[in-house]
Amino acid sequence: MSSVLYDVPGPKARRVSLIGSVIGSLLIAGLLAWIISTLAQQGIFEGRRWAIFTRADVWSLIGNGIGATLSAAAVAAVIAFPLGLLLCLLRISDVPGIRIPTRIVLEFLRGMPVVLMMLFVLLVFGTNQFIAVVAGLVLYNAAVFAEIIRAGIQSLPKGQREAGLTVGLTSFQSRMIIELPQAVRRMMPSLVAQLVVLLKDTSLGYIVAYGELLRAVQVMADFLGTQYLFPIFFVAAAIYIAINLCVSRIAVWIERRGSKKAAGGVAKAEPAVEAAAAKP
Amino acid sequence: MDAVIESLPLYWNGFLRTLFLSAVSGVIALLLGTLLAAARVSPVAALRGFSMTYVEILRNTPLTIAFFFAAIVLPRLGVKFEQFEVAAIIALSAYTAAFIAEAVRSGVNSVPVGQAEAARSIGMKFSQELTLIILPQALRTVIPPLINILIALVKNSSVAGAFFVLELFGYGRQLANANGDQVMAVLLGVAFFYLLITVPLGILASTVERKVAIAR
Repeated sequence: MSSVLYDVPGPKARRVSLIGSVIGSLLIAGLLAWIISTLAQQGIFEGRRWAIFTRADVWSLIGNGIGATLSAAAVAAVIAFPLGLLLCLLRISDVPGIRIPTRIVLEFLRGMPVVLMMLFVLLVFGTNQFIAVVAGLVLYNAAVFAEIIRAGIQSLPKGQREAGLTVGLTSFQSRMIIELPQAVRRMMPSLVAQLVVLLKDTSLGYIVAYGELLRAVQVMADFLGTQYLFPIFFVAAAIYIAINLCVSRIAVWIERRGSKKAAGGVAKAEPAVEAAAAKP
Repeated sequence: MDAVIESLPLYWNGFLRTLFLSAVSGVIALLLGTLLAAARVSPVAALRGFSMTYVEILRNTPLTIAFFFAAIVLPRLGVKFEQFEVAAIIALSAYTAAFIAEAVRSGVNSVPVGQAEAARSIGMKFSQELTLIILPQALRTVIPPLINILIALVKNSSVAGAFFVLELFGYGRQLANANGDQVMAVLLGVAFFYLLITVPLGILASTVERKVAIAR
């Protein structure tokens, strides 16, 4: 689409665009230079501030933080996905007595901040921080997974379910054998994108004092002195962004691979139900 | 339950503060996000590159890090603010703008090719084409995802509560600490006020979605 928005630029337009690009790049470079020089004047880039990264114990603390972040994310993802499947099955049940309460629960879970759920579990059930973080992530992401899979099932042609019922499968069998595999496969990009959200949300554990990467940074800065806060924060942010970028790349890769391969394995989508879920 | 009823004025204050934070950041993020999306489809390579880099980085940054950045790094750069609220608004709108840019861009891609071709063939410039033809149609299609992003923004504003801004979550945390015996009621009260914003918005999103689906 974007290539249709403007004519193939002629020599004059190309020149204008080139000049614009150069000026824009210079402006951004200038801004970055100003930021770096301002920070440098405050001594942020002095060697002694960054020398702490030559110490093994600093790295082992950062490693612990990364480990805590990844383990919370992994445990939460492993629990949230089956729970999401279950909630999705209940949400699309034929029995109103199951469908409607599930819908209310899902709306409730999706409408609340994850931090609030973490704090709730932490204070009300008096668990440790790890369980509170995982529980908060599981509750929220299971609800989102359920909605994504439901969107996938609804995007399938009606004939899939009808055919399943016609050959004598029960409603449940048709869901499990015919519809869910196709829905999950179709929604793979959204599901992986949600995994990135889950991974990002582990940083909320900072607020309930779970010892993940950011909290590790904070503790280190308190321990070593605040003049190290900036370097450690900088490194932590870089690590976080690097991890998330990797997972996002995997999501894009799965999307490409899926769009190439899906033809054989998944029934064609009904129009207009696509792209239902892509939220921050 | 008593603690909740006694501190209803506090809840109300927090609720208004949360609404204020979300509304201001929402408006800024919508404007910034639309600009970023326009830059993303523009013929100037530098604009495209800048927009892409911004969106990629911000989308993969945890919100807490964005808050840290606004609260710690910005003051060092000479951006002074009296209250942490300003830092919270900067962080929230910068973060949300990236998601809005992505949504608007997908809306631009959903506008039929003929619209752009027709605009060009009657001699419109790129800026005219975008503002008069493409964006009005694109924004209309992406209203449901935009509302979902705004819902997420309301929920994300709770992170500000951890950075010394007294909004709903911030007050909730205070109240929970003060009333150790009624934590559950206090926190359910906070949840209720969040649902008061998010559930109607969610219903709005699904209604609009159905309408738009018929219109197209």
